[in-house]
Amino acid sequence: MNQGRNLFRTLVLILGFAFLYIPIVSLIVYSFNSSRLVTVWGGFSTKWYGALLRNDQILNAAMLSLKVAAISATLAVVLGTLAGLVLARFGPFKGRTLLSGLTTAPLVMPEVITGLSLLLLFVTMEQIIGWPAGRGMTTIIISHITLTMAFVTVVVQSRLSQMDDSLEEAAMDLGARPHKVFFLITLPIIAPALMSGWLLAFTLSLDDLVITSFVAGPGSSTLPMVIFSKVRLGVSPDINALATILVAIVAIGVIVAGFTMSRQQKQRERDAQMALAANQQMIESVKKG
Amino acid sequence: MATSPRATQQKFEPWTDPDAKPYVRIEKVTKKFGDFFAVDDVSLSIYKKEIFCLLGASGCGKTTLLRMLAGFERPTSGKIFIDGVDMTSIPPYERPVNMMFQSYAIFPHMTVEQNVAFGLKQERLQKDEIESRVNDMLNLVKLGQFAKRKPHQLSGGQRQRVALARSLVKKPKLLLLDEPLAALDKKLREHTQFELINIKETLGVTFVVVTHDQEEAMTLSTRIGLMNHGEIVQVGTPSEIYEYPSSRFVSEFIGSVNMFEGRLVEDEPSYVRIGCDDLEAPIYVDHGVSSAPGATIWAAIRPEKITISREKPDATDNWTAAVVQDIAYMGDMSIYLLRLDSGKVVRVTQPNIYRHADDRITWDERVFLQWYPESPVVVTK
Amino acid sequence: MKALLKRAGLQGRSVVAAVPYLWLLLFFLIPFVIVLKISFSSSLIAMPPYEPLLHWTGEKVLQIKLNLGNFAFLVEDNLYWKAYLNSIWVASVSTFFCLLLGYPIAYAIARSNPSARNILMLLIVLPFWTSFLLRVYAWIGILKNNGLLNNFLIWIGAIDQPIQMLQTDFAVYVGIVYSYLPFMILPLYANLEKMDLTLLEAAADLGCKPWQGFLKVTLPLSLPGVRAGCLLVFIPAVGEFVIPSLLGDPGMLMIGKVLWTEFFNNRDWPVASAVAIVLLLFLVIPMMYFQRAQDAEAGGVHR
Repeated sequence: MNQGRNLFRTLVLILGFAFLYIPIVSLIVYSFNSSRLVTVWGGFSTKWYGALLRNDQILNAAMLSLKVAAISATLAVVLGTLAGLVLARFGPFKGRTLLSGLTTAPLVMPEVITGLSLLLLFVTMEQIIGWPAGRGMTTIIISHITLTMAFVTVVVQSRLSQMDDSLEEAAMDLGARPHKVFFLITLPIIAPALMSGWLLAFTLSLDDLVITSFVAGPGSSTLPMVIFSKVRLGVSPDINALATILVAIVAIGVIVAGFTMSRQQKQRERDAQMALAANQQMIESVKKG
Repeated sequence: MATSPRATQQKFEPWTDPDAKPYVRIEKVTKKFGDFFAVDDVSLSIYKKEIFCLLGASGCGKTTLLRMLAGFERPTSGKIFIDGVDMTSIPPYERPVNMMFQSYAIFPHMTVEQNVAFGLKQERLQKDEIESRVNDMLNLVKLGQFAKRKPHQLSGGQRQRVALARSLVKKPKLLLLDEPLAALDKKLREHTQFELINIKETLGVTFVVVTHDQEEAMTLSTRIGLMNHGEIVQVGTPSEIYEYPSSRFVSEFIGSVNMFEGRLVEDEPSYVRIGCDDLEAPIYVDHGVSSAPGATIWAAIRPEKITISREKPDATDNWTAAVVQDIAYMGDMSIYLLRLDSGKVVRVTQPNIYRHADDRITWDERVFLQWYPESPVVVTK
Repeated sequence: MKALLKRAGLQGRSVVAAVPYLWLLLFFLIPFVIVLKISFSSSLIAMPPYEPLLHWTGEKVLQIKLNLGNFAFLVEDNLYWKAYLNSIWVASVSTFFCLLLGYPIAYAIARSNPSARNILMLLIVLPFWTSFLLRVYAWIGILKNNGLLNNFLIWIGAIDQPIQMLQTDFAVYVGIVYSYLPFMILPLYANLEKMDLTLLEAAADLGCKPWQGFLKVTLPLSLPGVRAGCLLVFIPAVGEFVIPSLLGDPGMLMIGKVLWTEFFNNRDWPVASAVAIVLLLFLVIPMMYFQRAQDAEAGGVHR
């Protein structure tokens, strides 16, 4: 019976992962297809990679997307950390419910609504105060910050709620003022969460199509916008090549992260042994007197 | 608990000296969370170099009181003075008070040394002064060789010492300890208790300890403040609290006790007799009691203060008949549960003086219980 | 801690709270007010293409012109109703299949041995780190008439003519389930993983068969995870634009697509705004529900 359950588990996992990964694998395989007809195999070729590298439109869009993603992720981490701190540490205050609503709503808000409302805001602001003049990188960055800071807030808030708050009290008890407590204790301890928050924000920004389409001006097409306008017309092998490059970058990132993690794991095991040995020493010193 | 660490020390009882000035004064402090009184009108005086234990069950307000001393909570009303200075509204980072947290709260991203130096760095002391004070302190708690380690490379006992060193290195006027020994195993706990007392002697710091463990409070403290529902119910030395409890709650909270309900039948300044329906003979107590005549009172008798014998006592007071219902052999002593004719069960402990006694009292035997006139404590509430 | 911060620096504390607060008010809340405002104005051929709501006439009179026509239009033209209902239907069906697929996967991972769990979860979220758009695009290659799936089915002899799969509702369901599956699995896994397994042993000890133990213990305890997962899939799926426009029939009515078309192709901003407002009204209840669930999850933190 136990075996039956194991078999069921394995089967579920195989089917589940097949569903998740077959599309990605197919993208990669066909990126090396020399035929223009993507799904009809015409022999191995890397010509679409060459075509991709000569496509200025895609390269420019990619540059813009990377720039937007880096800037908006950084600012989103700052704002999201503040919001997470307020929600996790400031206790109940007037307007807390509104703030927590405002930070979770963008997580699920359909992007067409967010995009439309941001565009209308920018247009109105331009009418009233003359800024932002036209739409382009600035408006895209502001929109992406608004979207992605919600995700950072959730990450930071949950990390802070796991953190023992007597650590912060201890620092204060030892004479550190609140802002020093934040920079010397809280920030270093939640730093890994900020890192993953940044990566999440970066990826979301790099990937966003709908909101960006609303708030981008002429001449500021991001990578997803260019991809969308191409794939709307059907499959196109250079997009497969682009996808393969993206997957490769992510895969390398994951392998590197996995490698460091396993090294840290080993370090932790060594440390645990050290603590065990230390305990032994301790007991002996207690015995001695 | 075999030998009290204080036995070797000189008599230290500043609270009996009318001229002594209290070092910490808590005046009518109340703390409300919403409608809930966490601490309810507490006044306390704690003297220099005391180890004062706040003892009580969880939720009794002892931790809230400690956190108000540290400055993490602000009293709803009342005042707190330390060394004559009003501390009520001083934030924690400006108080001459340090705290050892129950979780130890050791900064995980700093080494042992950096943890201990943290408080001194906040004072902006000279680098070499910080270094020498950190070294001295680490040597005092026997952690000198672990200075460069990170917290997760330490055992629980060592972490406790880091926390202690870190809170002591600033030479606080008052050291607060929140359940300092709760996370240690039994052997280490006993050893650490004595060490804490030695450190207090060496540095001359005043300790306020919060604990729910009565044994810890008894061995560690100069005085105990027993708390219940946010109020202090009794303050006294460990032996005062044990031998002279002021209420049924106190006598039942500390150790175990047999409680006999009754009323005064003879009320003289030098003695009283208490009639009790559970007992065959009245209880005779060799001191007067202040109670309204006819009111219900209770006589509390500790299990070790009752003797068991087979012969019927030749006395008019302080005895009763009973049947042995259960015996628990504990090694150094045995616990007897005895059923009185009324059905009430009495607990008696007897030291096992002889290694083997063939004639030991056994199950279902009918026996007689007896105690001295000075053994019962009479409480009226 | 909170009382402390209050004392320690009300000012510093207010600044910390004010920065994200103001940002979200300005760039998230106020925009909705503007959408609401514009949904009441009429369309113009100008830039911006709508008429102002407030008008100063010569005689110091402030004239407010509320044009309810956009909403009347939404009610009268049954295209909009159909789009709303169809979106909710498609989102519901997709959510159901996401749960049907996601629950066994989350369960299987949560009951694997601890060292494998993290790797398996990493593999679940990994596709999420690659482009969403490209992953949807991949399905075009799989579902089209001479695509991978049809070729495979012909090759094994299950069919002899390609089936039309791309540009059908089926393709949209597949696309949504595929894209949102990690959002279903994550909260479910988090819930199932922290479940105390001795509860099942206790149930077995008291005479429950394994499947009964699952139905009477595991399933009821995992309901908060089910709820969170379903909301995380359902709400954004209702307004989904990319998946139906790449995989669905061009005539398929999904409200996200309708809004997009009104805005970009018809350049009718007021109607697009009205569409957004009504969509928001549909989603406000599930969103508040989600918010409460999130708060409950984060709750118990404060003293």
